[in-house]
Formats: sequence, C-alpha cells, structure tokens
Amino acid sequence: MKKNWWKILGVVLVAHALISGLLLDVPRLDILNETIRNLYFHVTMWFGMIALLTASVVYAVKYLRSGNIDFDDKSISFAKIGTLFGMLGLVTGSVWANFTWGEPWSGDPKQNASAICMLIYFAYFVLRNSLQDEQQRGRVSAIYNIFAYAAMIPLLFILPRLSPDSLHPGNGGNPGFNIYDLDIKLRGVFYPAIVGWTLLGVWIATIQFRIRSVSRALEDN
Amino acid sequence: MRRLILLVLLFVSLSLEAQEDGFRVTEESYNDQSVEMADAMRANGKIYVVVAVIGVIFAGIVIYTISVDRKVRKLEKEVFEEKP
Repeated sequence: MKKNWWKILGVVLVAHALISGLLLDVPRLDILNETIRNLYFHVTMWFGMIALLTASVVYAVKYLRSGNIDFDDKSISFAKIGTLFGMLGLVTGSVWANFTWGEPWSGDPKQNASAICMLIYFAYFVLRNSLQDEQQRGRVSAIYNIFAYAAMIPLLFILPRLSPDSLHPGNGGNPGFNIYDLDIKLRGVFYPAIVGWTLLGVWIATIQFRIRSVSRALEDN
Repeated sequence: MRRLILLVLLFVSLSLEAQEDGFRVTEESYNDQSVEMADAMRANGKIYVVVAVIGVIFAGIVIYTISVDRKVRKLEKEVFEEKP
C-alpha cells in the first residue's frame, strides 16, 4: 500500500476532475458555453502527453548511457501511453472544434502540428518493430526518440504561436486560456486534473513495463 | 376453477373497498412539494445523472486496472522470486 499512494492520488484527482469539473460553476462565455469544461479533459490530455513523452525520452537517454535494456522497456512503455494520450487529445479536440469552430478539422496550425507530431511517434513504433536485435533496436529507437521529442517541442509550442491565424487560444494573436485560468475555480480543477491524468498514465505505463520485464525474464530462462 | 376466480374477485373487491375510504392517490400528490423525493438527480437539466454514469464508468475502469496490476504482481512474484 505504501508504494501505491500515487496511484490512489491519481484516481482521486481524476475523480475530482470528473465530478467537480462537471458540477462546479464555470465562467459563462460566448461560443464556448459549457464546453469550457473541456479544459479539464481535452487540454489535460496534452499536458499528460508531454509529461509521459518527457519520461520516455529521459529513459531513452538513460538507456544510451547504460545499455540496460530495462530503460529501453520503460522508454517504449511511456512512449506508448503518451501517444495514446495524444491521440485522445486529437480526437477530443476535433469533437470540441466541431461544435465551437464549426468543423472537426479546420487546418488550424496547432491541429496540423499535433497531427504531424503523432505521425513522428507512429514512425517510432514502426522503426522499433522493424529491428530484430534487442540492443540494436534499443539504440536506434532511443536516438530516434530524442529526435522525435526535439521535433515535438517546436511543433507544439513555437510554430503555432508564430503563425498568424490559429484558432487555438494563446496562438495567432488569440488571448490565451490564461485569462480564464486566472479564475481560481477553473484552476482548482484544472491543475489537479493535469496531475491526476498524468499519474494515471504513469500507472498504465508501469503495468506495461512490468509485463515486458516478466515476459523478458521468461524468455531468458 | 370457479372457486379460484371467486376468490380472486373477492380479493379485488376487498382492495377496492379499502381504497374507497382510505388514502387515495390523486393528481395533486404528484405535485406535492412538501414530500421530499430524489429531486437533486433531476435538477439542473439532470446533469447529476451524467456525473453518476461517468463516475460508475470511471470506477469500473479503475477496478479493472487494479485487477490487472494485481495479476502482474502475482506473475512478478512467480518469475522473480522463485528462481532455483
């Protein structure tokens, strides 16, 4: 139980986001209406993805430094759940956009950039599966992981902000969500939701990793 | 058979008679606000119902994940702790 406190914390925080996020008051804004509550679900997916992919690249570097195959297993586990979060972010974003921007895909710079980012990570999984030797696969995919992460940061955080016409808040001359974040009620759900979803993702990643290490031990015997 | 029908009719008439001079449910009792019901679940456009459904789904997924976690732990114990 002592080791699992963070799993419980993650579940409690996400439950808080699900219940308080739907029931507490939110600012009444034009066009957004009640969909501003997606801040607790759609936006947190991306924050969770960044955290999980950061963990993935950290383990990739650790693998390159040590050659310990366990780090490679951790790296792929975090990359998988991080990409899942990203896909969920894309899909939920399309649903949200359909009802606020008028169409699910409006070619918004941030939409395009995050789609490219997903494709880069899909290539990571294809690359991994194409290599047979364990250590070779670990080295090549760890290096690719670093490049993918380095490409993701400008794709998500810099290029959309440079472009003149983005629909996303905080991009292309639009006011950021920070204006709404200043509302203490939104913050009270938004920040715990980020932590909660991230912890949930870490939990799933550790289960993945443990299954991998068990099956590796069985193969070696 | 006849006796049975007679018996059933007798009981039906009994209950009808009982209602006549006892309490009767009318249209008004549907609008009686003095009696408390589970109104919260129907207030605010029934959003509480949606919250309850989401809560149940989330609880189910969490319980499932916990069970997977436990199964993996069992496997870990078998594989890593019983090495000859």
